[in-house]
Amino acid sequence: MILRVTPKSIVQLKIVIHVTNLAFILTWYYWAFTDALGADPVKALIHFTGMGAINLLLLTLLVSPIARFTRQPQWIKIRRLLGLYSFTWAVLHLSNYVVFDLQLAFDTLLEDIIKRPYITVGFSAFLILTSLAVTSPRAMQRTLGKRWQKLHNLIYPASLLVILHFIWSVKSFDPEPILYALLLLLMLSTRFKVVQQRLFSKSAGRQK
Amino acid sequence: MAKLKTVDQPLTENNVTSESLFKNRRNILKSMGFVGAGALLTTPQSSTAFSLFGDDPQFQTRALPHKKNSNYIASDAITSEAKATSYNNFYEFGTGKDDPKDNAQGLTVDPWSLIVDGEVEKPLKLDYDALYNSFDIEERIYRFRCVEAWSMVIPWLGFPLHKLLNKALPTSKARYVAFETLYRPEEMPGQKSRFVGGGIDYPYVEGLRLDEAMHPLTLMSVGLYGKTLPPQNGAPIRLVVPWKYGFKSIKSVVRIRLTSTQPANTWNILQPREYGFYANVNPKVSHPRWSQATERRLGSGGLLGSQRIATQAFNGYSEVASLYKDLDLSKYF
Repeated sequence: MILRVTPKSIVQLKIVIHVTNLAFILTWYYWAFTDALGADPVKALIHFTGMGAINLLLLTLLVSPIARFTRQPQWIKIRRLLGLYSFTWAVLHLSNYVVFDLQLAFDTLLEDIIKRPYITVGFSAFLILTSLAVTSPRAMQRTLGKRWQKLHNLIYPASLLVILHFIWSVKSFDPEPILYALLLLLMLSTRFKVVQQRLFSKSAGRQK
Repeated sequence: MAKLKTVDQPLTENNVTSESLFKNRRNILKSMGFVGAGALLTTPQSSTAFSLFGDDPQFQTRALPHKKNSNYIASDAITSEAKATSYNNFYEFGTGKDDPKDNAQGLTVDPWSLIVDGEVEKPLKLDYDALYNSFDIEERIYRFRCVEAWSMVIPWLGFPLHKLLNKALPTSKARYVAFETLYRPEEMPGQKSRFVGGGIDYPYVEGLRLDEAMHPLTLMSVGLYGKTLPPQNGAPIRLVVPWKYGFKSIKSVVRIRLTSTQPANTWNILQPREYGFYANVNPKVSHPRWSQATERRLGSGGLLGSQRIATQAFNGYSEVASLYKDLDLSKYF
């Protein structure tokens, strides 16, 4: 028996999402300022907020397959919040880099964005996420009409850029970004009709 | 050179995070599953088996009698010992910066044997005690610049490599010096599993030209901060070449071989486009993925405790420039 989603459980879920994200953000900044994050708190914080953005992005992409699989479209109601938290983590990630790592050397930032492919890729993903966050309110959705869906389909190329940014940022072979790449591909594969029929029609049969 | 904010503030016990708190933090995060899934996969046995109710046995260092060498005193503020001994690249113990401290405490260093052979007239073997009593131990404060664009200032204890090499009497054929790290997979999880060890073929190897190895700056270090080396910093003996990127300063050395041809070095084998044989600190030659023009100096304190400063050619050790006057440094990076 799969969890039944009620309006009440949506509210509860949203509270959990807020509390978890804010708790992690506050604790990590507290640790960073009080020197409890190891020898290089700057790097630790940049890495942690980057992972936060990726984790939340993957969770965002998980919502619609879950809604399909459980045949409960109500799940979609938490997707916007997850997406906005992914963007929040991305903002923190970029700000940590600019403020604490580069220490506001904007010329270096510009040079990095132009000359360092992994930063070019990461920054492009950030621009896409920004445009999605800005257009996420319901009013914007109504204004944009059909174009809104087109715009928000950019989440797929953005997620690929994010993972590429992660893979390129490590110094040698590291299984973690590879694992994340596989998770993302799994998530993206559920967007194809063929996979959907295989994955979701069985549960549909069970429901009937 | 930019001065660190913390220059005049003496470090007190209060500046140091208690180890149990630090370890607990990792444990709490792990139990909440918020550490990336891959991090769990790569966590070697020794750290997952860690218990909440007691500390893993710590490697014991001891005070090492030494004389300060007044020729090698950096004007920069010294990095806190807590940072220098908890932020290490030593992939034999995992690729994370805190992995070596977590996973290296069980390393056996006594007995040890360091062999000097190859193109020498008198091959040598130093045992554990001989590492400390064959030569006068001096303290030198060096800047240490990692290829990843962070740096520290560290008081090393040791002796210049040329003293050791001269004892072995290099032959006229000797042109290079090859170094090799201990290979002991049962104590080094990164050597046991490619997933832990960053895909490197072990043992880790490094090399220098003979004139670089004989330079008075080139140090064989057996300690830091007045004590013997902890394993995460390369116990019991390591190389320190202060004008080159940190990966040249090979740790836990068991063999020094003089050769007539240029020896291989591990990072060059792994990524020849990104890491050369020379690896001299050079603000003008970028790493393909990041700039080397500046560096972040890790001093002490939290989020605001590091300072971005300009990187100097040869890490500020301009006396070595004459070694490379006929070399195109952008080609031989």
